[in-house]
Amino acid sequence: MALTNEIVKNRLTEQFGDQLTGWEEPYGMLTCTMPAGINLKVLQFLFDDEQLRFRFLTDLTGVHYPGRPGEELCVVYHVHNMVDGVRMRLKAYVPLEKPDVFSATQLYSAANWMERETYDFFGVNFVGHPDLRRILNVDEMEHFPMRKEFPMEDPTRTDKDDEMFGRGGIV
Amino acid sequence: MSEHNQHIQLSDESVAKQTTTLNLGPTHPATHGVFENILEIDGEKVLSAKQTVGYIHRAFEKIAERRPYYQITPLTDRLNYCSAPINNMGWHMTIEKLLGLKLPKRVEYMRVLIMELSRISDHLICNSVVAVDTGALTGFTYVFQWRELIYEIYEEICGSRLTTNMGRVGGFERNFSDVAWQKINKFIEGFPKVMKEFEDLFTRNRIFMDRCIGAGPINAERALNYGFTGPNLRAAGVDYDLRVAEPYSSYEDFDFKIPTGTIGDVYDRYLVRNVEIWESLSIVKQAVQKIAEIEKADPAQKNIFYAPESDKYHFPPKEDVYTKMEALIYHFKMVMGEIAVPPGEIYHAVEGANGEVGYYLISDGGRTPYRLHFRRPCFIYYQAFPEMIKGGLLSDAIIALSSLNVIAGELDA
Repeated sequence: MALTNEIVKNRLTEQFGDQLTGWEEPYGMLTCTMPAGINLKVLQFLFDDEQLRFRFLTDLTGVHYPGRPGEELCVVYHVHNMVDGVRMRLKAYVPLEKPDVFSATQLYSAANWMERETYDFFGVNFVGHPDLRRILNVDEMEHFPMRKEFPMEDPTRTDKDDEMFGRGGIV
Repeated sequence: MSEHNQHIQLSDESVAKQTTTLNLGPTHPATHGVFENILEIDGEKVLSAKQTVGYIHRAFEKIAERRPYYQITPLTDRLNYCSAPINNMGWHMTIEKLLGLKLPKRVEYMRVLIMELSRISDHLICNSVVAVDTGALTGFTYVFQWRELIYEIYEEICGSRLTTNMGRVGGFERNFSDVAWQKINKFIEGFPKVMKEFEDLFTRNRIFMDRCIGAGPINAERALNYGFTGPNLRAAGVDYDLRVAEPYSSYEDFDFKIPTGTIGDVYDRYLVRNVEIWESLSIVKQAVQKIAEIEKADPAQKNIFYAPESDKYHFPPKEDVYTKMEALIYHFKMVMGEIAVPPGEIYHAVEGANGEVGYYLISDGGRTPYRLHFRRPCFIYYQAFPEMIKGGLLSDAIIALSSLNVIAGELDA
């Protein structure tokens, strides 16, 4: 029987109960939120389970939501079961003061650089990463540029009304 | 007179050790792009490689957060600049999916046609550069004339060659001209002979085979774990192709084969790309035929080059902008990024020339994306490079790099 989002959701709920929240299916992709403390357990379960077999890490990235105190940073995983052709998105929210999630490098070699990139741009600390350094930016950089507090242009400019061009000011 | 102290001083540690440290790159003629590898070599044998990336990082994801959707298309050009139209179309399809737009068949076939032409040009560069790195320049200069013809086709369609900014949300900016069709037909007629000759030159060439077979191999399990996609994954023996696995833009209407290799070495990657060129050519032919059939059945279809319901997202013709009120309003609203895009979260991927090019877009309903992330296949599979060349010869490392087809623009975003 073909694997469906319904089955994946039931298998995960069976295993992790109500620790997984925020179930939705935007544009057909099953999405859920997991606590940052068990992110690796969930990924490992998805990898090992004979029925689920999510063994391909498609993408790993971060999102910054300055308006959500206590869960400002979001780490987004896209995993893929290539045999059944099912994709899934997993999110882990972490606070800005302690942005710790467990590294998935032991599970997927591909996670190495993707986690370095997420660290580089958002400052997410991947616990257990073998070599967590900046990757695309210079090593001396002191801030995390993809966070929303860094505007694209000089905020002191007065000759240009930002509201008319793209996203005005700080989100 | 001051004593000069500009000569290179080797540290004691460096003198004492038996191996040599070699800086391959960042600007080395054999790396075809800005890649830095610090190799530790023992004679000719590579012991380890340390990679540095990010030399041409341009912060596209940050820039995209301040740009209206149509202004992001030129950013996607500059990811994999050897096959820019595929990236353009992938981006348009992402927004179309977000908006729920359905395109007419003719437009989808036109997109397929263009995407397959760019796949051919990308694979041609990759394979001929592998040949150059083994010491044979002839094939490279020979096929470049045909890559040039593909670029002329782009030029007829969108006006530019390398960074194309081709197409719009909902279709194309203008219809294919007669000259474009003539050039497409010229390509379909002339290219097979050239490709045949290119294959005759290398595929069973003793020197080429000796250089390529067994160089830079990777097995299927490691390739999957490293997030390989595209021809490099298929060369390792996994028949994963998004055009078949999750068909987009009516790929399900086309008949083509997915070639696979066995051990994922340079020769396998070369062969897989060659077969893909033939398959792409067959898809181009099918697309031309299908478009002709549509036009034959209904001549009015000849003028359809964008989805009729997409007029809110599609720039009106220039002459209308100057003469008609509505057209002027739409034009203004589009330029100012006032187009309503629903809030949503979407991941859309297309089969790029060297793997799965993905767009992860979070829209909050504003005029720019809240967050846009590009899944760049090169960035993900390039990490496997040290593992692939470990224990091999230095010259194998060079051809392994070119056969992986790592494009610096895509690597560093």
